[in-house]
Amino acid sequence: MPQVMGQALKRHEDIRLIRGRGQYTDDMKLPGMVYAKMVRSPYAHAKIAAVHVAQAINLPGVLAVFTGNDLKDELGLIPTAWIPPNSDLKMTPHPALAYDTVRYVGDAVAVVIAENPYIAQDAADLVQVDYEPLRAVTNPRDAVGPGMPLVHQEIDRNIAFHWSVGPNLDDVFNQADVVVKQEFRQQRLIPNAMEPRAAVAQYNQATDELTLWVTTQNPHIHRLLMSGILGIPEHKLRVVAIDVGGGFGSKIACYPDEVVVSWAARRLRRPVKWTETRQENFMVTSHGRDHVQEVELAGTKDGHIQAVRVKAFSNLGAYLSTAGPGVPTILFGLIVNGAYHIPQASADVYGVVTHTTPVDAYRGAGRPEATYLIERMVDRFAATIGMDPVAVRELNLIEAKAFPYTNPFGLQYDSGNYQETLKIALDMVDYANLRQEQVQLRKDGKYIGIGFSTYVEMCGLGPSEVAGAVGFQGGLWESATVRVHPTGKVTVFTGASPHGQGEETTFAQIVAEELGMPVDDIEIVHGDTARISMGWGTYGSRTTAVGGGAIHLATQKIIQKAKKIAAHKLEVSESDVVFHDGVFEVQGLPELRQLTFQAVALDAYLAWSLPEGIEPALEGTAFYDPKNFTYPFGAHVAVVSVDTATGDVRLMRYIAVDDIGNIINPMIVEGQIHGGLVQGIGQALYEGAEFDDQGQLLTGSLLDYAVPKARFFPRFETAHTVTPSPHNPLGVKGVGETGAIASTPAIVNAVMDALSPFGIEDLPMPLTPEKVWQAVQQAKGGRA
Amino acid sequence: MLTAPFEYRRAERVEDVIEWLSDETRETKILAGGHSLLPLMKLRLATPAILVDVSALRELQGVQEDGEVLRVGAFTRYVELARHSLINQKASLLSQAANVVGDLQVRNRGTIGGSLCHADPAADLPAAVLALEAQLVILGPNGTRRESAEAFFMAPFVTTLGRQEILAAIEIPLSTQNARSTYLKRPHPASGYPVIGVACLIDAIHNQTIGTARLAITGIASTAFRASAAEAQLVGGRLDAETIAKAASTAAINAPLDDDEHTEYKQQLVQVYVSRALQQVAAQED
Repeated sequence: MPQVMGQALKRHEDIRLIRGRGQYTDDMKLPGMVYAKMVRSPYAHAKIAAVHVAQAINLPGVLAVFTGNDLKDELGLIPTAWIPPNSDLKMTPHPALAYDTVRYVGDAVAVVIAENPYIAQDAADLVQVDYEPLRAVTNPRDAVGPGMPLVHQEIDRNIAFHWSVGPNLDDVFNQADVVVKQEFRQQRLIPNAMEPRAAVAQYNQATDELTLWVTTQNPHIHRLLMSGILGIPEHKLRVVAIDVGGGFGSKIACYPDEVVVSWAARRLRRPVKWTETRQENFMVTSHGRDHVQEVELAGTKDGHIQAVRVKAFSNLGAYLSTAGPGVPTILFGLIVNGAYHIPQASADVYGVVTHTTPVDAYRGAGRPEATYLIERMVDRFAATIGMDPVAVRELNLIEAKAFPYTNPFGLQYDSGNYQETLKIALDMVDYANLRQEQVQLRKDGKYIGIGFSTYVEMCGLGPSEVAGAVGFQGGLWESATVRVHPTGKVTVFTGASPHGQGEETTFAQIVAEELGMPVDDIEIVHGDTARISMGWGTYGSRTTAVGGGAIHLATQKIIQKAKKIAAHKLEVSESDVVFHDGVFEVQGLPELRQLTFQAVALDAYLAWSLPEGIEPALEGTAFYDPKNFTYPFGAHVAVVSVDTATGDVRLMRYIAVDDIGNIINPMIVEGQIHGGLVQGIGQALYEGAEFDDQGQLLTGSLLDYAVPKARFFPRFETAHTVTPSPHNPLGVKGVGETGAIASTPAIVNAVMDALSPFGIEDLPMPLTPEKVWQAVQQAKGGRA
Repeated sequence: MLTAPFEYRRAERVEDVIEWLSDETRETKILAGGHSLLPLMKLRLATPAILVDVSALRELQGVQEDGEVLRVGAFTRYVELARHSLINQKASLLSQAANVVGDLQVRNRGTIGGSLCHADPAADLPAAVLALEAQLVILGPNGTRRESAEAFFMAPFVTTLGRQEILAAIEIPLSTQNARSTYLKRPHPASGYPVIGVACLIDAIHNQTIGTARLAITGIASTAFRASAAEAQLVGGRLDAETIAKAASTAAINAPLDDDEHTEYKQQLVQVYVSRALQQVAAQED
């Protein structure tokens, strides 16, 4: 039996996905199904004076039009599920349909249900809403100022919460030799999963059950929240997500749309489908990032970093989304020291509501915002004291012997050798020679830049006790049931909910390795609350670390039981039985007698002769609660050239040396790294949501909002070190977010390095050609 | 992304199209490749009552030499413009521009006639037909008329095409068939449309005196335009660094750009892209 773990197996799920045989929510077709279309506000802030539905209702083929007033007494409010401790968080009442005030462009005020989607659209256009437009505010720092329009009357200064961590550092900063201050704008990003959101709801009168097929990263969380909102008990509510075409965090949240569809299906006794358009996806599906950060770093002239502190205004949009408040606090503030031994740190975060699309997790979720600021500040510090940014990193990176390392906020970084990844990256990029080349090129008026990011992130979310302590209104353990069938084939039920990451393959590799059987004999089932025990879904690079951990434990339970049955059959004591490569045999006497795993499975089900006290069947369930987060890390290097005639930034090379612990499928890992890099580089160079003063989204389509294309990138150069997580049963750490976390500052550091001859210290992302060119022009003008 | 209701008609004769277009009570639009019209209809920014499919009209098809001109049917798709050997040989500039329109799917469907009549200021092809000094052959109730590409584009999305007229073909003079040309495009990172596209056609190689110089620029102003002052500067000179720099600078100064906070940068792009387009032509092999 060849080794399966660590092999670059092709993805099992791709066979159906690339042939168009996947089943996405919008593929659902049910008898008698009708179609919903939302009527959305064109204003970012307005009073709803009246909603006129008569014309729409009279259109042939329309079943019903419901307004906010129709629903407000029928449904609960949509809650946030993350309440950071000691943060005085005020809830933002979020009805499924607005009935009094609209708070962002796209806020739904009515829904049309019709026999086909064309009629639904026609009728939606006939719904007349009388709005009384009001002033809007979109920038989080502006929003807290005096006299600004309030998003929710009960939330003073639009501050939904204030959260801070770490001591007062005034003394440290007052006494420091060197203090570097910088403001950063973490611009707002629009996730743009390939599949827009969709929901199909069906009510079964016989069983009184409601089934909701929905694009979600976490069906069980959806069921829990929807149960409360709809008033349907959990055992009468089934949430299914078979194939989901990417989420990047935007399919964590519970949205009004699926609430409305579920309610309407029960009310009308007809299955109801709603599918988002790409325009709606831009408008109403949660956005990411959006901070204004004021950052300070204190250090010594010889390069030691003493303290870092940040004050952040985090834009959460019009309503607090499901995980929204946790992202700029717990997932951001607790890790602002990055991969460095910085004795003192503090973070002060204002969670601000504005008249914009709600903001929630987006690939990396909080950690990119933290990594960007510390990686940029290290470069700013190095430039200020005239040191090489690599030297400052070497001096301040946490040393290998310091692990487990407790950071200033009490996080315990599990394991690592940060210097090693940096060393490999420097070798790969040939740093010394590249610096010389840079000097030569500058003499010819050519500007290249080298940028570093030596990052660490916390993922594998996470220990449930910690989840509770940090205000996440759920657990973060994961469930697995490994069911061996009488023929020895295996079905695995996971509470994680992969939606493109490839765990149908990765998980099968874990089980195949441990049971010594072909991966094709193992089926991974996910995304259905009726088939799968409670679980918490896929986000925060937790699926393999936590979901995989649960599968490992469940598989081990099976092996233990099977061993007892095998010992009984082999007529030896259990301690004399060894199991390897799918075969049970007597220790030291392999030729004596062997039993295959499949034979033992059949015996377990036949149950003709089981050992005393052993139940029939062969099935294991485990609920794995990790002891700690996992902490992937690495060193990334970007090499860019800047064309000063156009401001174009060309990425010449990108080197990523990551340590994500043990690797189960190197091809999938490579794919995750590439995808993460592209999204992180997208933030640095191309992407950025913009609203005008009235709160209209100016970047509301793929014509305006630049999602990176493959042709923008060179071949990525990747390498790994392997430092297994010491507390995770598989030694894995997580790879889904590393690229998005690490790459953004590497790129910006590289561009600033290229522009350093012009005295340019910082530019706000994205570094568009016009912005770069203007900065160079100004710098030239200033010098002349 | 669902269209409003509309009636679909497939035209068998040009006369039918002209007659259908005369209906003043119901908005009638011609459907060619559909890659501009259908997205607008799906966004309900266009809601024509009748769509007339002209794919079967022989008058709009074909590519052939016809006396002093190369005649390109209006229904010729981008992919054919890019690959057709006659166009490659006699009007290479058109092939080069067509080859960088949109993506493969768009090029497989979109047509030259559709692009020109839609008159999107950010389209690629207007620059090529301007630089080639093409004549547009237009059919209407009063028969056939010809109009220069230069006169055809009036404003963004507005042409001289009359309500009952249909573009049948594009005629490209063969007089420039031996000239060197390039289409240099700076695609927008989101849309892929040109932020600027420079079509450049020069009849001289490096040491020769320039007799004909054409520079047409799209994407950056409210319509595609000829950089006439820069062309005039090139004629009679040689394609050397100094002349190129002068022409590029002239093109930038005279470009009819909107006045806003981006004007300075747009001028810079005109200067850089005209200069680089001319350098590309200068560097072409004999």
